[in-house]
Amino acid sequence: MNERDANLVSLAGVTCRYRTEPVLEGVDLDVQQGSMVGVVGPSGSGKTTLLKTILGVVDPVAGRVSRRERLRVAYVPQVETVNWSFPVTVAECVLMGRTEGRRLPWASIAERRQVAGVLDRLGIGDLGERHIRELSGGQQQRMFVARALVSEPDLVLLDEPTSGVDARIRHELMHLLGDLNDEGLTILLTTHDLNGIATHLPQLICLNRRVIAEGTPFEVLTPATLEATFGASMDVLMHHGVCIVVDQPRVFAPLFAVAT
Amino acid sequence: MRELLVPYQFEFFRNGLIVATIAGALCGLVGVFVVQRGMSYIGHGLSHAIFGGFAVSALVGVSYFIGAGLWGIAAAFAINGVTRRKTIGADAAIGVVTTASFALGLALFAVFGRAGRSFDAALFGSVLGVSSTDVLVIAGVAVAATLVVVFQYRPLLFTTFDPEVAAASGIRTARVEGLLMLILAATILSTMRVLGVTLIAATIVIPAVVARMLTDSFGRLLVYSTIIGGACGAIGMNLSYHADIQSGPTIVLTGALFFIVAFAVSSLRAARRRRLPLAALGA
Repeated sequence: MNERDANLVSLAGVTCRYRTEPVLEGVDLDVQQGSMVGVVGPSGSGKTTLLKTILGVVDPVAGRVSRRERLRVAYVPQVETVNWSFPVTVAECVLMGRTEGRRLPWASIAERRQVAGVLDRLGIGDLGERHIRELSGGQQQRMFVARALVSEPDLVLLDEPTSGVDARIRHELMHLLGDLNDEGLTILLTTHDLNGIATHLPQLICLNRRVIAEGTPFEVLTPATLEATFGASMDVLMHHGVCIVVDQPRVFAPLFAVAT
Repeated sequence: MRELLVPYQFEFFRNGLIVATIAGALCGLVGVFVVQRGMSYIGHGLSHAIFGGFAVSALVGVSYFIGAGLWGIAAAFAINGVTRRKTIGADAAIGVVTTASFALGLALFAVFGRAGRSFDAALFGSVLGVSSTDVLVIAGVAVAATLVVVFQYRPLLFTTFDPEVAAASGIRTARVEGLLMLILAATILSTMRVLGVTLIAATIVIPAVVARMLTDSFGRLLVYSTIIGGACGAIGMNLSYHADIQSGPTIVLTGALFFIVAFAVSSLRAARRRRLPLAALGA
């Protein structure tokens, strides 16, 4: 397979604007089949717009987006944007992912089997009849991953999947995504969590309207790149072979005086 | 018991009962989408907007269904269009478009004179005076709305739950929302002369709200709301005859009674659920 065939999505010189304000500028990006890529950047850096451009929801004002033919892309939203009071059970929510084919409201036997299989696989098989609000934070994330998986996608885009969840849920979710990637699923996720997520991913893209850097965490997470991306001074330490990003210390004189 | 069956010997009552039941069920079905999209006020607003079209069609002399229908559809799409821009909320968009239309209707009647009995019927409804055309139109709209909900259930549900992700998942949300607005406008148009401008909002909102208290499943919600809406129509019509009160108010009051009972039951259930963990701890 040549490099062109291996790319599920390619962005060439993509520029997007919100009204007159540029959100993405001249972005070049290839999403290769089987990859697991994290997009890091500060708030307002264009991470969500990048995902929406790949999905085709946002049209670039310049540049070109190429998708492999018959590419299936699934999207996992930020859980904070979800209306948790909406009257829908877990199984109904997952079934929403089946946007093609059958039109009737009730699921076919094959669809029911598929939904049950995916929920089982994600460890929430016994929660199908529960209301979505009754799930824990980790279960809610798994439900949306399940909804993405029932569409049998080639590529899954996750928008800040660990936003607002605790360390244990983040750990579980990253393992789940790692397992799915090992099975061949291509994953692109956005995050602002450098130590909890970004340093553990095989590939990173630093984004702040344009691509600042891309590569492995070792290549990308450098003080210079982080300064260019986040506009803040950060140091990078090594701990058991993993990069740890820390803010450059600032001494607060009164606290320092008390401590000594 | 025999007394309860007395009104069934009258044809006007049987026709009214059929129309009220279908109208209630139709409003209950459509109301689920309206309430869950946070547009509960749209039923009230759109019926007022259609009143503007009703005034124009009465004065110009064209069929009510054509004049008010086109007017209502235009108002529904105007509300949807303004709401999609996101700079103005749905509630404000409904307020602006519909009250302006209602005011136009009143102004036209003030300048050119009222159109007689139909003016009062449009405001307060007249279940007992329904024509065979009304029956056919309501039945037709009910069948069309049911078919749309059945065959567009999945896109309608996804777009109602999360329009942004639905669009990202390949659903043409603008088309789905347009379709919903079309059904809503047709529902209000066909039931307005029966239920009246002033009461139609209640028949759209109450069944969906009552059903929501009974289930957490969207599929069951649609079924329950339709049944509750139909039941309110049928029970309200019977009460109307025996209590000698206009049918519109009795239908709405029946719905309000359903709401009170469902609210009390769900509150008791919630209180029992809160007590259960304490009981398990021996408290």
